[in-house]
Amino acid sequence: MKNIYFLAKKELKIYFYSPIAYSVAFMFLLIAGYFFYSDVLYFSLISLQARSGFMGLDITDWVIRPLLGNMSVVLLLILPLLTMRLFAEERRQGSLELLLTYPLRDIELVLGKFFGCLAVYALMLAFTIPYPIILYLLGRTDISPFFTGYLGIFLMGSAFIALGLFISSLTESQIVAAVITFGLSLLFWIINWATHFTGPPLSKILEAISIITHFEDFMKGIIDTAHIIFYLSFISLCLFLTLRVLESRRIRG
Amino acid sequence: MIEVSHISKRFGHRLVLEDVSFYVEKGEILGFLGPNGAGKTTTMRILTGFLPPNSGTVRIGGYDIQKEPLKVKRLLGYLPEHNPLYTEMTVRDYLFFVAETKGVERPNRKTQVNETIERCGLREVASRLIGHLSKGYRQRIGMAQALIGDPEVLILDEPTIGLDPKQILEIRQLIKELAGKKTIILSTHILPEVSMTCTRALIINKGRVVAEDALDNLTYTRGVSISVRANPQTLLSTLNSIDGVKRVAIEDEKEGIVRASIETGQEVRAKIAYKIIQNGWELFEMTPLRASLEESFVRLVTEEEGQ
Repeated sequence: MKNIYFLAKKELKIYFYSPIAYSVAFMFLLIAGYFFYSDVLYFSLISLQARSGFMGLDITDWVIRPLLGNMSVVLLLILPLLTMRLFAEERRQGSLELLLTYPLRDIELVLGKFFGCLAVYALMLAFTIPYPIILYLLGRTDISPFFTGYLGIFLMGSAFIALGLFISSLTESQIVAAVITFGLSLLFWIINWATHFTGPPLSKILEAISIITHFEDFMKGIIDTAHIIFYLSFISLCLFLTLRVLESRRIRG
Repeated sequence: MIEVSHISKRFGHRLVLEDVSFYVEKGEILGFLGPNGAGKTTTMRILTGFLPPNSGTVRIGGYDIQKEPLKVKRLLGYLPEHNPLYTEMTVRDYLFFVAETKGVERPNRKTQVNETIERCGLREVASRLIGHLSKGYRQRIGMAQALIGDPEVLILDEPTIGLDPKQILEIRQLIKELAGKKTIILSTHILPEVSMTCTRALIINKGRVVAEDALDNLTYTRGVSISVRANPQTLLSTLNSIDGVKRVAIEDEKEGIVRASIETGQEVRAKIAYKIIQNGWELFEMTPLRASLEESFVRLVTEEEGQ
């Protein structure tokens, strides 16, 4: 357990000694801030036009959901850039060889890297906490969908990170890792579009494995354990596969 | 301390190591020699548990590397060939990380990191980013990293490669200081390095051990060189008549003094000296000709190839 903490701390240090964490977090917050600003402005504009005030207009539908939805798209684009170096860089530099001669278990290595990257992501999300606070102070409305939304977006991001970690363990090239992670994340995102023209049972399956369908309820303020279990199993599967890759490196040399 | 028995390793169809066996006693420094591509790095990777052998066993400190990898790894300090370091970290942070992962307990961590920094001459760069440091410093960080956790066994893969002469001396000095305290395997293809630092040498070529012996035996005496005031022709015939002399060659002749090199099969220096005095010649010089490690190495490696 201690080793996982040490390894995660090392990952964090590397993220913050280099410009990676800063540039990724900066771009994310810049775009998220822009979305928040424009969503709130748009909401206030239409609520003025609707003479009956807030009647029929819901802040959840007009601000919180679009904002979280947009943030999740930005994450899809930006998280592969955070995960691409995790194993690929270690393998290219040869430092993985050295790390594997330290008295560490493979699982500690995988979890250390996962949690290190997760910490950067959590920190990045934490910087958006002012948005619900501002909304609450201005509107005095129910912002509870924000809390479930955050849980959802954190779980979804964790799933992207786990996928990125796995892809990164397969290659020595960071670019290749980023491209494949992005491609696969996008595929898991849009795979439910095919449900329009495929009938059951295929459409049911596609619906079930799409990463975005599980996110929608969170944005509405609903916490369904089925969705939480989906994300957790997705993460576990990716971490397990990463572990297998590390082991197979050893066997094949 | 280190027992390697009958290990073989293949990558696909290519046999990289074939039935390699050797041992290293506690406190010994073993020079691990071989031309490039002989299998040095592969052997070291097997010793550190990074690669598993296809067959054979490695025991370090009594533990089997395959069965109890964590116990073996606690005994090991390893400096890989390309000395991979986290260039984004500062020297001190990096060494702290190494101390943490090697399981150095919290109360000792700080002192041990500081001691290692002092010992490897890294004090003035301790808070700088590794990426900004020169090759010489990086190599010292690599050594420091291997020394942290005070491992009993050090495995150093070409520790002086790419360094300038002064830095090479510093690294060698560091290794010499460790002699007797640690069991060390030092791989290199720089032969003087072995003569200077090691007690025993192991030569491998094409994945097989071609020689393993104390350095004194590898640098055997192969003859004598003499300077005598005599007639070259008579000298030649006299020397050739001595039992045990294999070949005599006149090197040069200046002002009546002849310099000759004599290849001998056994110890015949006394006989040669006696014959010269008996003939009433003046003997100016007599030096044993020792084959250098280079010559032994080339001979062993080429013999192997001739087969």
